[in-house]
Amino acid sequence: MTTGRRVRRSSTASRVASGCVVVAALALCGMPYMVTANVVQQLTSLFIFLILAVMWNALAGYGGMVSVGQQAFIGAGAYGTIFLTQWGISPYPAVVLASVGSAVLAALLSPLVLRLRGGQFAVGTWVVAEVLALLVTFDHDLGGGTGVSLRGLNVYGPDLRRAYTYWITLAFALLLLALVFALLRHRTGAALQAIRDDEDAAASVGVRVRPLKALLFVLAGFGCGAAGALTLANTLFIQPQSIFGVQWTAYMIFMVLVGGLGTFEGPIVGAVLFFTVQYAFADAGAVYLIGLGLVAVAFALFLPRGLWGLFAGRAQIQLLPVGYRLEDSAS
Amino acid sequence: MTWVNAVVQGVFLGGLYALFACGLSLMFGVMRIINLAHGDLAILGTFLVWALVDRLGVSPWVALVPALPVMLGVGYLLQRTVLARSLRGGPLIPLLTTFGLAIVIQNALLRAFSPDVHSLGAPAGRISTASLRVTGQLSVPVFGLLVLAAAVLVLGGLHLVLRRTGFGREMRATAQDPDTAALVGIPASSVYARATAIAVATATLAGVFLAIRSTFDPSAGPTQLIFAFEAVVIGGLGSLWGTLIGGIVLGVAQTVGGTIDPQYSILAGHLVFLVILAGPRGRSIATRSAP
Repeated sequence: MTTGRRVRRSSTASRVASGCVVVAALALCGMPYMVTANVVQQLTSLFIFLILAVMWNALAGYGGMVSVGQQAFIGAGAYGTIFLTQWGISPYPAVVLASVGSAVLAALLSPLVLRLRGGQFAVGTWVVAEVLALLVTFDHDLGGGTGVSLRGLNVYGPDLRRAYTYWITLAFALLLLALVFALLRHRTGAALQAIRDDEDAAASVGVRVRPLKALLFVLAGFGCGAAGALTLANTLFIQPQSIFGVQWTAYMIFMVLVGGLGTFEGPIVGAVLFFTVQYAFADAGAVYLIGLGLVAVAFALFLPRGLWGLFAGRAQIQLLPVGYRLEDSAS
Repeated sequence: MTWVNAVVQGVFLGGLYALFACGLSLMFGVMRIINLAHGDLAILGTFLVWALVDRLGVSPWVALVPALPVMLGVGYLLQRTVLARSLRGGPLIPLLTTFGLAIVIQNALLRAFSPDVHSLGAPAGRISTASLRVTGQLSVPVFGLLVLAAAVLVLGGLHLVLRRTGFGREMRATAQDPDTAALVGIPASSVYARATAIAVATATLAGVFLAIRSTFDPSAGPTQLIFAFEAVVIGGLGSLWGTLIGGIVLGVAQTVGGTIDPQYSILAGHLVFLVILAGPRGRSIATRSAP
């Protein structure tokens, strides 16, 4: 009998977990029939946080790009929706179109901002967000600095409107999770993690760095645009200072760092935790934000792989099969 | 004449931005990190000066005498405690850490001093409003001259320290190769701590000039970080005189933009930055910064 090793992509745990994900997704679809409209609205904002965390993790955790300016695309998605509805497109198709528009914006900006790396990229994206915020405040048709409401959703009753917004948010969240999952399962996943670990080394072994980073940037532009458009559909009113605010980046960093940077499951854990924390402490204002900042710093310094990294490392478990496992096999 | 005036004002404003930028440039040059809390540390120092002025009734210049050493200490300790550890964690961790610090500082200031807008213009006395009349329509603000002179002195002084002194040589050696520098007896951590101390102190000085020239509040930090970063990129990374030029280009862009329409002031500065980034020089920014 010889012992060998072979590479497996999944394990019993990951097969069970993948099955659970499908069941959970189906159960979540039925939520609006089971809980009150208020809860549905809260769940919608949870899924918006989830989208943001997954997108920021895709950028920083897999592409090594720390963006402080994703609010550029959040705002672009929201204001894109307003713009399209003013042209007579009904709100929900406008949400989808505005998300695609944000992806196009990201594709146009990527040759410019991807010239920068590391901290320069971080501040460079921030400048882009500031420019977009200024341009929106100058435009009186978009409400200028005072904000603007989304019209056209009042054709539905409040309960039905919240249910529709919930379903479309859930659909976006699942779609984006599936896209990231597919990216990581495909050989691009290994290439992306190589870029994150060392861009120059990855390039030297033949990874096409620039197109892959651009791909992630466009994906994140699409996802953050969707999150912005859905935030508008969920709250019906936006102001440039808040939708283009850098606090979005603070939330994203918090969720991803606490959940687990560079893990597939981490941002999901982070989003649920952040949603709970936000629900419990948001009224505390400045103190709450000081707490968020301190926790983020502590995780960055002492536990950079986050809670999920800690758990998965201890338990030797990966619930969703995005990696490769080396196993002893008797043959 | 309006245009000449705008350019003159822009040059002085540029001095202020260069002063904000030199610490950012120094830390990037030595440690290869962008300190995302740079602007908020500047505002923290400014609040320290403001608190001294408010409690003791002294002039801001007197308050700077104890405040600058304190902020040197803050920078030194910051590097020794938080940044040193984050530098060991790879390229992403210092960014995440300094961003977290920025949030903490900003909200701590908000909690301690309320969101009110303050100015040090009145306590600084007549110098903040005095001006020299050059011709009938053109007058030069004395304070603008002072800021520009301070920027030239600080940047020139840093340049001389880097080129001529033993400490400057250590800093350049560590910037080029920290491991090799350590082999010949230059501990990187000590060099980094001193660079951070200088960066925080010069940022405080810039913050106080900003407060005398106009106003400041707890959330003013990020804007100053962005302007400082733009000045560094426009001027070319790694060159202190370039930073001065970059600051002046940014300042002139803002005042000229503001002359067309006040609301275009900041946008014009951002656009100049983006044009530089899109131009042929932008291509080499990332490669030049590769450690």
